[in-house]
Amino acid sequence: MTLAEKILAAHCGKDRVSPGEFINVKTDLVLSNDITAPIAIKEFNKLGLGKVFDPQKIVMVPDHFCPNKDIQSAQQAKLMREFAREHKIIYFEVGEMGIEHVILPEKGLVVPGDVVVGADSHTDTYGALAAFATGMGSTDIAIAMATGEIWMKVPPTIKFVFHGKPGKWVGGKDFILYTIGRIGVDGALYSVMEFTGDAMEALSMDNRFTMSNMAIEAGGKAGIFAVDAKTKAYLKGRTSRKYIEYRSDPDAAYASIIEYDASQIEPQVAFPHLPSNTKPISQVGNIAIDQVVIGSCTNGRLDDIRLAARVIKGKKVNAGLRCIVIPGSQKVYLDALKEGLIEIFIKAGAAVSTPTCGPCLGGYMGILAAGEKCVSTTNRNFVGRMGHVKSEIYLANPAVAAASAVLGRIAGPEELA
Amino acid sequence: MSLKGKVHKYGTNIDTDAIIPARYLNMHEAAELAEHCMEDIDEEFVKRVQAGDIVVADTNFGCGSSREHAPLALKGSGISCVIAKSFARIFFRNAINTGLPLLECEEAADNIEAGDAVEVDLAGGRIINHSSGKTFTAKPYPEFMMQIIAEGGLVEHTKKKASGAR
Repeated sequence: MTLAEKILAAHCGKDRVSPGEFINVKTDLVLSNDITAPIAIKEFNKLGLGKVFDPQKIVMVPDHFCPNKDIQSAQQAKLMREFAREHKIIYFEVGEMGIEHVILPEKGLVVPGDVVVGADSHTDTYGALAAFATGMGSTDIAIAMATGEIWMKVPPTIKFVFHGKPGKWVGGKDFILYTIGRIGVDGALYSVMEFTGDAMEALSMDNRFTMSNMAIEAGGKAGIFAVDAKTKAYLKGRTSRKYIEYRSDPDAAYASIIEYDASQIEPQVAFPHLPSNTKPISQVGNIAIDQVVIGSCTNGRLDDIRLAARVIKGKKVNAGLRCIVIPGSQKVYLDALKEGLIEIFIKAGAAVSTPTCGPCLGGYMGILAAGEKCVSTTNRNFVGRMGHVKSEIYLANPAVAAASAVLGRIAGPEELA
Repeated sequence: MSLKGKVHKYGTNIDTDAIIPARYLNMHEAAELAEHCMEDIDEEFVKRVQAGDIVVADTNFGCGSSREHAPLALKGSGISCVIAKSFARIFFRNAINTGLPLLECEEAADNIEAGDAVEVDLAGGRIINHSSGKTFTAKPYPEFMMQIIAEGGLVEHTKKKASGAR
């Protein structure tokens, strides 16, 4: 069996599972946020059971439109907050909250071998910790909150092998964009993407989170890494929970095995309006931009903030361009502050915000006007995703985003040297 | 159950931001969401749509975010079902859970045009294009999902299971 199949089998009381099989899976953690929880709560109440299956296995995070962007968002956040208090579930208020997929691993709430379901498509992020984590809708989450179980169809696994030593400015964002560029936005539809190879072993945990996070952008159900020394080092001090290290068998059956040479992959830029519309940075051409966003559940972790700061240090944001930096959690913010990174951004003329999903989904804190172009470290560049339908989003890694902020056009960090 | 209406036709990778832009996710009632359904890719949809109408699309319909607001907005608009070559995974679950029927049928997606009058017999998965006279058969649902649909969605299915266990 594959790593994913072993986790699912262990959570449905079976010795083996095979792709295509329908199973009822026990959940270790159930997540929702300020825009998906209101519907989940409504459906939960329809069940009439009165209580959640285990308050310590349910998390709600006000991150999408919080701190509240308008009255309606405030109402939704309030609805969620009151439910969280009443049922004594895990909840992070503004001031301690961060973007859900940044803080759940950070707080040690996910361990290898877990099954995590969340009413947010980027729940797949926790695959970096060798958990089976997947996004669902609010009704599914309501059922999981009430019963601690949810139905799943066992997905096939596609194995991705990355060989070789990547270039200096190439990281997890580039590997995943490159992959989506090759296989398409439905290239891994209904499937698990398992990331392996020496280039993956060399990746930091923050970079692995970025890759697992965007598996959904290829239609994937999960994006998973096996446990190694880096995973263990990350978990140390965050959790005392015991965990099982599952591993794919040498003879595991994969739907396909795809190999890439990491040394040949340049920093990638996904052009409007699909994450699969990628080009290597050398072929981007001259595209002037109006805004840069550095942050999100994809690239809002300390490694990302450090990388952007390293590129922008001592430089100025291009005149007339807005550069918005959003650390993904209070801890990321504080660590960046201690390391002097926040000062670097502010001296460069960038705006730094409290954690929020904000502009990534066109909520607030950096909405685009008609005709404006933005380089963003976020995960989607669909029509209208960050504002006006006639605005454009170019997805890139934090180094490219920072260099573009300085030069006022889409550019790689090498051009700044 | 028979569903009948005019067709609204779209292409590949219709994402959930297109179905209901995130700026409206500060609301969650189907009727409110319906007022903005599809507006970023088809401004006229809201004015044109009639109860019973059918959306027909190419591959990967509903990709992107997990927002259940997407099938709710379509349902609130009066859309009776969606026919596509394939559906994104989370959207598929959400549609089943919220009671928006989906039909996977490559042939139908290729041979139905915008404005065609189409009728769908859900039980048999039969799709009839009255405008062209052609009929198609959709891929049947797995038995497990048919049961959820027959019981009126996942909440009802779970309630039934819970009362059975008592």
